[in-house]
Amino acid sequence: MASSIVELKVNGDTVEVAAPDHFTLLEVLRYRLGLTGSKQGCDKGDCGACTVLVDGEPVLACLTLARLAVGHEVTTIEGLMPAHLRAGGTGADPVQEAFDRCGALQCGFCQPGMMLSARALLDREPNPSRAAIKGALSGNLCRCTGYTQIIEAVETAIAASTERAPDGGSR
Amino acid sequence: MGARDQHGVDAPWVDPARSSTNGADGFAVVGRRNRKIDGLSKATGAAVYADDIALPGMLHAKFVRSTKAHARIVSIDTSAALALPGVHAVITGKDLPINYGVIPWTPDEHALALEKVRFIGDEVAAVAAIDEETANRAIKLVKVEYEDLPAFLDPEEALANPTPQIHATPKKPERGNVSKHVLLEFGDVDGAFEGAAAVVAGEYSFHGTTHAAIEPHCAVAQCSPDGNLTLWSSTQITHYVHRALAHVLELPPARIRVIQPCIGGAFGGKSDPFGFEFCAAKLAQITGRPVKMLLTREEVFYLHRGRHPMQLAYRTAADADGKLRGVDAKILIDGGAYSSFGLVTTYYSGQLLGGPVHLPTYRFDSTRVFTNKPPCGPKRGHGSVQPRFAFEIQLDELAHELDLDPIELRRRNFQGEHVETVNGQRITSNGFLACLDEVERASGWKERRGKLPHGRGLGVAGSMYISGTNYPIYPNDMPQAGIQLKVDRSGLVTAFTGGNDIGQGSSSVVRDLVAEELGMDPADVRVVASDTDLCPVDLGAYSSRVTFMVGNATIDAARALRRRIVDAIAAEWEIDARRIFMGGGTVFDLEDRDRLVTTREAFQIAEARLDTLGSTGSYNTPTLGGDYRGGTIGASPAYSFTAHAVEVSVDEETGRLTVENCWIAHDCGRALNPMLVAGQMEGSAYMGLAEALFEVHDVNRFGLHSGPSLLDYRMATTVDTPELHALIVESLDPEGPYGAKEAGEGPLHPALPALSNAVFDAVGVRLRHLPFTPGNVLRELRAARATSQRERASC
Repeated sequence: MASSIVELKVNGDTVEVAAPDHFTLLEVLRYRLGLTGSKQGCDKGDCGACTVLVDGEPVLACLTLARLAVGHEVTTIEGLMPAHLRAGGTGADPVQEAFDRCGALQCGFCQPGMMLSARALLDREPNPSRAAIKGALSGNLCRCTGYTQIIEAVETAIAASTERAPDGGSR
Repeated sequence: MGARDQHGVDAPWVDPARSSTNGADGFAVVGRRNRKIDGLSKATGAAVYADDIALPGMLHAKFVRSTKAHARIVSIDTSAALALPGVHAVITGKDLPINYGVIPWTPDEHALALEKVRFIGDEVAAVAAIDEETANRAIKLVKVEYEDLPAFLDPEEALANPTPQIHATPKKPERGNVSKHVLLEFGDVDGAFEGAAAVVAGEYSFHGTTHAAIEPHCAVAQCSPDGNLTLWSSTQITHYVHRALAHVLELPPARIRVIQPCIGGAFGGKSDPFGFEFCAAKLAQITGRPVKMLLTREEVFYLHRGRHPMQLAYRTAADADGKLRGVDAKILIDGGAYSSFGLVTTYYSGQLLGGPVHLPTYRFDSTRVFTNKPPCGPKRGHGSVQPRFAFEIQLDELAHELDLDPIELRRRNFQGEHVETVNGQRITSNGFLACLDEVERASGWKERRGKLPHGRGLGVAGSMYISGTNYPIYPNDMPQAGIQLKVDRSGLVTAFTGGNDIGQGSSSVVRDLVAEELGMDPADVRVVASDTDLCPVDLGAYSSRVTFMVGNATIDAARALRRRIVDAIAAEWEIDARRIFMGGGTVFDLEDRDRLVTTREAFQIAEARLDTLGSTGSYNTPTLGGDYRGGTIGASPAYSFTAHAVEVSVDEETGRLTVENCWIAHDCGRALNPMLVAGQMEGSAYMGLAEALFEVHDVNRFGLHSGPSLLDYRMATTVDTPELHALIVESLDPEGPYGAKEAGEGPLHPALPALSNAVFDAVGVRLRHLPFTPGNVLRELRAARATSQRERASC
């Protein structure tokens, strides 16, 4: 197994990792960097549990070679709360808070991927419709919730950020 | 026997001090949308699941699996695999020769196949190596020589051919391939059918589905130098795994510790002891290194233990006013290759139909047969989703024949509260009528049903389900659930529970009940769960038993602790203990509310006056069930009740069904946390609708799985899932913790028949055979059209 060193930017830090050339981003995150928040549910791109953000866009880490992430910003679920704190926020990212407050986390296994898909959606479109929320999360399978409380959570996160924004108007 | 009112004068809603101090309902914590105890740790990626565990020097193990559906193992040559650099051990069935099974009466499994393989995917050997890749290379080097045996993939074929037997029964060869047969009759069924004004008869089928929890099964085993074994496993039955490990590894149970870390969904699919658990443990013993065994998604499909395919023939007789006279059922159950919980499944296929409508007479004749397919087992709504599907369609057919509203038909046959079913089950609280009222109101039933445009319809169905069972798998007189509380001078209370939190929130419920009883901030209660070294036994997360049993045990322990603290403060203040109240994080005098200490101070006073503080509590079921063989199976201390209304659109060109809305009314006794209850109701309804519309777990003519991936299995996404409306009904059970009953399995059942009944309302065609995929639906629509054309032509 030929290993080589890749330099990745993960959650704001630049890290060097030695890994076999065929290692996926998910394998490097989980088994080399100890960032086990990204989950493996199928290892073939069906379930979305491994979703991370690459330059702010949701990407299936189990189908992405780690080498292809070189030169890009990778955000995992572990990165959300520190980024929120760095930006002057308190507690967890509003998406994480809303998922907790709405009971969207049952077993929690699919939720890191789900929350990153939601985060990417809200970064792109701060006030999406219910249909747009469903569309943006349609690549993330959840077996526990029936999705109802997940969609409620995203709507709650939207409401929270609209309230907080200086020009957010009233809700 | 009657219900034991366990709430008594200590009930928060009875105690005047509580309702004056807490909320108007007497509660301070319970009944609120409290956040889960592990919510933020899961939300931030901090929660640790089995595959997140990495230990120094850990090896990775993989299975060699059978490529044959049914064959005798002639020889296994592991030498080439062992010679591969990086391979540390290879084991075969001879290394783990002791048979086991989750049900002690049917121990027909081995950790690795011993003499023969019984389905494609059966586990034959296991390899431990320095990494997964090396292990994967090594399993290809294990040479297994097989001698083919005829394979049975169809249950009728297996039933018709007693040989070869999939499981040999030398003393009773006449059993052939029958796994279990149950025939029970209550009352004079044939007499009831004679003279009935209406009889409906039909054949129905359930196709087989699997749990598909998003987390694949995983275990990590570690042996200490002194020979103690620790196993972390994605299991929902820590205690039974503990027992099975001791049995199969021939170790004293006190040398084994089983821990369930966070688990990524279970739904019954993680409630057997599995080969990967035994093999990880054995390989850790052999190699002296920690061993991880993580299954691939494909392997999880073969591991299965999902919902049994069933062929169901039902007849129901009624009077002209719709009053039921009797039900007669004959069921053929495809069990797959092993027993698993199959003995119970066979009973459940009949025993759980005794409500919510009253059956004056009832007979069921259920036969489970072995086939050379992945073994079936318990999936959410174990054994009773399939018969409920058939029966609730029968009720709709009956209503149609008698020109009655299907909701009205169910109301007329409602069994009532505090009654005994025809098969001897004690029903206590029963909120089914309120469930019917709720779905009738919310769906606009009266205004809309039968008046929607052609192609759109409404259907209803009901169900009941157990809140735990008084059948503890292995007979014993010890409590089903135990709890231990430990008090710290910091003001912290730690609850130790064997209860498996599988995402349903059982640890959150324990926290809230402790906080409620001790008048504390829930944030000052921690829960240590499902670690056999630390926690008192609870039997596990199955049969919807945890809220009911662990909840009662928690209240028991918390009240014992409260009494000690109250007595100590009363002695300190030299007043009557009845004047002392614990609430709002304080302990105070009800007659002089300025006299108060914080809970933390109270703990310290009590510790100084009494001793190191702690308490225990437990729950065991009363004696229940009918006085006949199998009469205890399906007997539960309380039953939940559910009604669904489903609104569907039928595309008659494509056969595609779109569920527009599903209203779920569920009697959970009391919603200890309405947010968690709603989550269980929505998740149940989603799962039931998805298995009706999309999912198929089957094998092809060679015994290979027809699509062992989440894509091919057609898991429903956000855009496939209808709008789900949870309507909580509270009946306050006399024996449940604060009146609570289960919410995690019951609300699945009515989804499938309510959908079929809605299709009938929409287009006048009965769908009796699952799944309702577009191809199947189109075939039924065309057949119905052809029949009606023939009928018109012959007029």
